[in-house]
Amino acid sequence: MKRILRVVKKEFLQLRRDKRMFGMLFVAPVLQLILLGYAATVDVKNIPIVICDLDNTKESRELLSHFTSSGYFTTVAYIDDVNQVDYYLKSGKAGMAIIVPVHFGRDLQAGRTPQLAVIADGSDSNTSGIGLSYASTIALNYARNIVVKRAESYNLIKNANDLPQVVAQTRAWYNPDLESVNFMVPAVLVMVLMVITLTITSLAIVKEKENGTIEQIVVTPLHDLEFILGKMIPFILIGMVEVLLVLFVSVYVFHVPLRGNVITLLVLSLLFIMVALGLGLLVSSISKTQQQATMTAQFFVMMPMLILSGFIFPIENMPRLFQYITYLIPVRYFMEIVRGIFLKGDGFADLWPQTLALFAIGVVVLSMSVYTFRRSIR
Amino acid sequence: MAPAIRAHDLTKKFGSFTAVDSISFEIEEGKIIGFIGANGAGKSTTIKMLCGLTKPTSGVMEVAGFDVAKHPEKVRENIGYMSQKFSLYSDLTVKENIEFYGGVYGLSRNELKDRLSWVIEVADLKGRENLLTSDLPLGWRQRLALGCAVLHHPRIVFLDEPTSGVDPVVRDKFWQLIGQLSGEGATIIVTTHHLEEAEFCENILMMHLGRIVVNGSPEGIRKQFSDLPLFEIETAEPLKVFNMVEQESWITDAAIYGNNVHVYAETQGPVEALDEVLKKSGIADFKIVKAAPTLEDIFVKETRPKGRAPNV
Repeated sequence: MKRILRVVKKEFLQLRRDKRMFGMLFVAPVLQLILLGYAATVDVKNIPIVICDLDNTKESRELLSHFTSSGYFTTVAYIDDVNQVDYYLKSGKAGMAIIVPVHFGRDLQAGRTPQLAVIADGSDSNTSGIGLSYASTIALNYARNIVVKRAESYNLIKNANDLPQVVAQTRAWYNPDLESVNFMVPAVLVMVLMVITLTITSLAIVKEKENGTIEQIVVTPLHDLEFILGKMIPFILIGMVEVLLVLFVSVYVFHVPLRGNVITLLVLSLLFIMVALGLGLLVSSISKTQQQATMTAQFFVMMPMLILSGFIFPIENMPRLFQYITYLIPVRYFMEIVRGIFLKGDGFADLWPQTLALFAIGVVVLSMSVYTFRRSIR
Repeated sequence: MAPAIRAHDLTKKFGSFTAVDSISFEIEEGKIIGFIGANGAGKSTTIKMLCGLTKPTSGVMEVAGFDVAKHPEKVRENIGYMSQKFSLYSDLTVKENIEFYGGVYGLSRNELKDRLSWVIEVADLKGRENLLTSDLPLGWRQRLALGCAVLHHPRIVFLDEPTSGVDPVVRDKFWQLIGQLSGEGATIIVTTHHLEEAEFCENILMMHLGRIVVNGSPEGIRKQFSDLPLFEIETAEPLKVFNMVEQESWITDAAIYGNNVHVYAETQGPVEALDEVLKKSGIADFKIVKAAPTLEDIFVKETRPKGRAPNV
């Protein structure tokens, strides 16, 4: 025990002298939070549009006013020539073009079905998809109004509500305004925790190998497990400090509601830190230089895990095979845990399957890494 | 008394390369032992196997009475090891390094205090306790590394090339420190490629291509090889003599030392032949003496491929 504490003390002394690492530990998470919290919003508002009204009638202007007043679009230009659309979309000045064809009003009056052209810049498929669905909704509502008016004028119905219809009353529970900051910021907690703990552990042991200091350690009576524990304890503590730091910024700066229990979140974070440490140790054991370790950690562990974690890309949309793979990704479970506790107020009763999965992965990863580590130094 | 180290039929292979080729030896407790050999002779590999840093391909080792393969932890309690490469923490200070290793070796607070001041004194680091070790000159670093390796009073101390790269003054100081440790009863194993350092050892094992070629005390080895066909020619014209003898096929080697030419022959008793050759060439003023071989002569002879040396 005394020997473990010696190693712990040594690690802290070294960390204190490593200014760059220190910056990475405490500045990087806050920076990431701010970047992802403010910039990484998936809310789509104010899509720039260009309008080409070839009809110029009462009907066309009425329809277009629905677009301009919706709040989803900002008009950047009115044009008369359809060929100019290309210029606006190509230059990126507009993300969408709305073209009302000639005879739009006349056709409507005559009871025909005129076409409204909506062209989107598909190179940004995310925004375009959302913009196009807004456009369809606006067009649909406009058409429905016409039907209602027509029915009234023929005395088919007494008022608009007599026309049979199905209205979906939608509610987004847990995040009623569907604000992406509430969705992203808790995920940043997961990301920061993974990146930081994995990076520092993957460097920790390989650094001793590279500098030859591990040789000196191996000939002392210090047991391998004492060495590993002594190395890990500081990182566990740092990880927990990171959690508190990110939690503080999430709640007090971004006002993300923390509906669940903080203690539950901290306990499960500890579990996740252990898994991340195990992965870092594994990377460290199979690498010979710090450069190798960083590369391996980034490209073979962190990137695939983030992509498959459901952080940005919904797991349900992945091909079946990849969905199965995500069951092996610890970040996936922790992502569900963090979002669940933050937004849904979940407790252990709701999160036990994820906890169990994380625990199982942790046991496997840690035993594997201890085994590889011991083999790598003798 | 049981030997401090016993190795039997020890072999280490790296792929198809044999670094250590079935060597066997015993080392007496309390002695200073030198492993002498060129780079790549297998000295460091042997030491690493004895410390448990590398597993031998085959063979048995006993260090401090314990089988290295079966009780590595017992071995580690009884040894100190100083690696060829500086392997203390360069981002910790002198004092922090000593405290860390003291803690790892399980020293009590009082013991640690004693040993701390001992290391500071012998390594000449008074006033530099709070310097980072990366800021220390090499010679100081080496002595600090030795100090840290013996904090726990190990029975056996392994020093891998401790003096490579340091200047002669520092090297002398280092050997004084080794003498001091030996005086306290420790067995010291040193590897070196400086033959002059062999004289400081009580026993030397010369290694070449993974094998032990000579084993004994410096005195004993010299006696054993005293009949080497080695001659010294005193002359006023060393260069001329050198050129003459070099052409003789039975002369393996020749070298000029001031007014002397050292001649190394293939067979015993060529004094008459030498005499004849020199007289024939018209050199009048010379004297041939049978010379006692130095350790270097012996080492060179034992590590040279059989037959005439190419262009020495």
